[in-house]
Amino acid sequence: MAKKETMTINMGPQHPSTHGVLQLVLELDGEIVVDAVPHIGFLHRGVEKLAENRSYHRALPLTDRLDYLAPMSNNLGYVLAVEKLLGITELIPERAKVVRVMMAEITRIKSHLVWLATHALDIGAMTVFLYCFREREQIMDMYENISGARMTSNYFRVGGLSLDLPEGFEADVLSFINDMPGHLETYEGLLTGNKIWQKRTIGVAKIGGEDAIDIGLTGPVLRASGVDWDLRRDNPYSGYEDYDFKVITRDGCDTFDRYKNRLDEMRESCKIIHQALDKLQPGPIMADVPSVCLPAKKDVANSIEGLIHHFKIITEGFKPEPGEIYQGIEAPKGELGFYLISDGSANPFRMKIRPPSFVNLQALPQMVRGKMLADVVAAIGTLDIVLGEIDR
Amino acid sequence: MSQAVVAKLKSVFAASVLEVKEHRGEMTVTVKKEDIVAICQFLKDEAGYNFLCDLCGVDYLGQQPRFMVVYNLYNITTKERLRVKVPVAEEDAAVDTVSTVWTTANWPERECWDLMGISFNNHPDLRRILMPADWVGYPLRKDYPLQGPDRETYQGRLS
Amino acid sequence: MPEMLSLSNDPVLFLSLMLAKILAVFIVVVLIVAYATYAERKIIGRMQTRLGPTMTGWFGLLQPIADGLKLFFKEDIIPAQASKLAFVLAPVMIMVPAFITIAVIPFGGDITVFGYTTTLQIADLNIGILYILAMAGLGVYGIVLAGWSSNNKYSLLGGVRSAAQVVSYELAAGMSIVAVLMLSETLSLRGIVAAQSGSVLNWYIFSQPLAFCLFVITSLAEINRTPFDLPEAETELVSGFCTEYSSMKYALFFMAEYANMIVVSAITATLFLGGPAGPFAGPINLLLKIFFFMFLFIWIRATFPRVRYDQLMFMGWKVFLPLALLNIVITGAVVVFL
Repeated sequence: MAKKETMTINMGPQHPSTHGVLQLVLELDGEIVVDAVPHIGFLHRGVEKLAENRSYHRALPLTDRLDYLAPMSNNLGYVLAVEKLLGITELIPERAKVVRVMMAEITRIKSHLVWLATHALDIGAMTVFLYCFREREQIMDMYENISGARMTSNYFRVGGLSLDLPEGFEADVLSFINDMPGHLETYEGLLTGNKIWQKRTIGVAKIGGEDAIDIGLTGPVLRASGVDWDLRRDNPYSGYEDYDFKVITRDGCDTFDRYKNRLDEMRESCKIIHQALDKLQPGPIMADVPSVCLPAKKDVANSIEGLIHHFKIITEGFKPEPGEIYQGIEAPKGELGFYLISDGSANPFRMKIRPPSFVNLQALPQMVRGKMLADVVAAIGTLDIVLGEIDR
Repeated sequence: MSQAVVAKLKSVFAASVLEVKEHRGEMTVTVKKEDIVAICQFLKDEAGYNFLCDLCGVDYLGQQPRFMVVYNLYNITTKERLRVKVPVAEEDAAVDTVSTVWTTANWPERECWDLMGISFNNHPDLRRILMPADWVGYPLRKDYPLQGPDRETYQGRLS
Repeated sequence: MPEMLSLSNDPVLFLSLMLAKILAVFIVVVLIVAYATYAERKIIGRMQTRLGPTMTGWFGLLQPIADGLKLFFKEDIIPAQASKLAFVLAPVMIMVPAFITIAVIPFGGDITVFGYTTTLQIADLNIGILYILAMAGLGVYGIVLAGWSSNNKYSLLGGVRSAAQVVSYELAAGMSIVAVLMLSETLSLRGIVAAQSGSVLNWYIFSQPLAFCLFVITSLAEINRTPFDLPEAETELVSGFCTEYSSMKYALFFMAEYANMIVVSAITATLFLGGPAGPFAGPINLLLKIFFFMFLFIWIRATFPRVRYDQLMFMGWKVFLPLALLNIVITGAVVVFL
């Protein structure tokens, strides 16, 4: 009786369809995957250790580089966590909260556009990639307008925002979200009804609801497995309880359902941004807590008190009470959590980041065991991982 | 509600609970490391904390015991959070794995081993995850230099 | 009526005319291959709301020449562990069947030259169709050889996938051609073109629509184009069977792919659209039809995702082959009873 040998193939770390530097060691029996072992750590930059040596304000740019496709989400999670640690969550002004929600939802659309582009490209539909990136260019222009950088925005601050909205920003956002549903129809027209797309995604990379909770999946992946959980609705932050939006769940547990879920999430995000634009009122953008929050730029430039105030906060930092908190937000990829411990000094004693992609990637071997090689690529795409946040 | 859970926990595992604290609306329970698996199983089955959000290690250099392993739990039905902490001494830096209770604990425990040096008994696959496989040392410990082991300490300010 | 020119009448004229025809066809095909790469990049670019090549020459028209020069001057790498002879032979084995299939495609009717009649076709084999199918089968060897001789798991996977794919789809393609043969009662391509002459309604696309659709789809699978481009699936196997190739050999692979595209378009035009028949001069008509099919193939590449391997096999054996057989049965019944 001949012994069947399996072939070990190495996918990555440099590979066109692993989204970042991910190494997958696949054991193949012909075209069937017997086992898939992910190896990570190629992008490990020691963000947590760096944060321990910086003050809370100076650790903020580090968070931009975690999930670099959704930078304002990471910023939001971090500033909410620090504000919770300081106990000033109630004092954040209304305008800052509305702008935070608006930018978080724009970031969600941005991240999902990249997901759709790369997922479709991996499965072979090249054109969707370029259409999604065309939309993303508009969002990058908005980012540049508001914060000065296309990708690593570093826009939010502990206590509010760094700068107010520029002129014409709201008009840009409004025109963008008015066009967005039409673009989503185009993508759906190219993909949803396409028999080849359906054959490549229906029934692929399934994971049931109970298994998903056990293995720690969060975000659209979990919601496509039938579990109704969204941190924006269940543990609201930054004023999300005042917005009216649907949490989309589907029961299919497969790639096609996750695809439809994320497209629907983009539509819901457009609705939330509409509501945010309606709620936007003029007002302060920074909380009135002098020991923590930076003064307005015009005070810094024009008065000596403002200058000294700014100087003291930046060089010495603020010192929260000793204690620890955990803040989770609904990032586009899942639950992004920040666990901060303060020992009373200006630097965080420990900053632990709970990246959604790190935990979601654990489910990959389970999803592809016994399936074909082409499904591995579809599974990586559907989990929507980004190595910046996995490796930190 | 989490207060009720903590009270129930204290009644069932009276000997193991070392400390209960509340800060900014979050409950933290410190327990002994020997009973951690039983406590986690209890919290999952009886109290409904079916989701382990995060598992990490903290290095309190200079205190006894030196390390703390922190479990952040979440109840999907009641939307409540709870934190369980386990002190771990430096000489005997080993805790029982909770991957039998929540499968999601697998990779975070590997990360804790990799970066902090806290090993987990009965872990299915305990090896380094973020650092290269042949790395020596535990980078996230407080006595590990920020710039790595082979370089002179940076004399200026960090940013 | 002038006689048919052949080797017995006037060997010198015959051979020189043969050489002229071969040269003309070869040059035209190579030019079309080169500018097919340009056309693909431009068309796919426009469909993806971008411009495609514009910088090299007016409208980027010198791009294929630039690409050719670049590939020519690149370093030619042969992996140390590869089997050298097979490695070098493989691209040649893919190119040659693609080009020699053109020899039997008729470009036009008869013309009179120096008192003799000759047909605008390099070789009028009376088993033309059989020759085409045989050459198509030979193309597989090149791919498998390329995949195996590279000594690389990815290439091997690509080569093996492609071999299975081409073999499966060739059956369905052959069966759909058989239905055309039943109507034309001859294997010679000149005869098939003659059987479709007269009016546009005589074209076999109207009497054999199912065979036409099947042939177009299965040909896409035979030439490894999207949606059946698994052997070179960039996002899965890096570059499939041509991963280890560089410089001119790599160029040969891609020339072979476009040459195959031209050949398939030419065969489809000959079998189903009446070949050189049409409003303009014979060769111009055929070229227009070839361009139409190439545009169709490029359009399909821009639109569709890739089919998975097991689904490809399923479609080839359980959908296309039974449909082709059904088509033969129906055609046979119609021919016998009508």
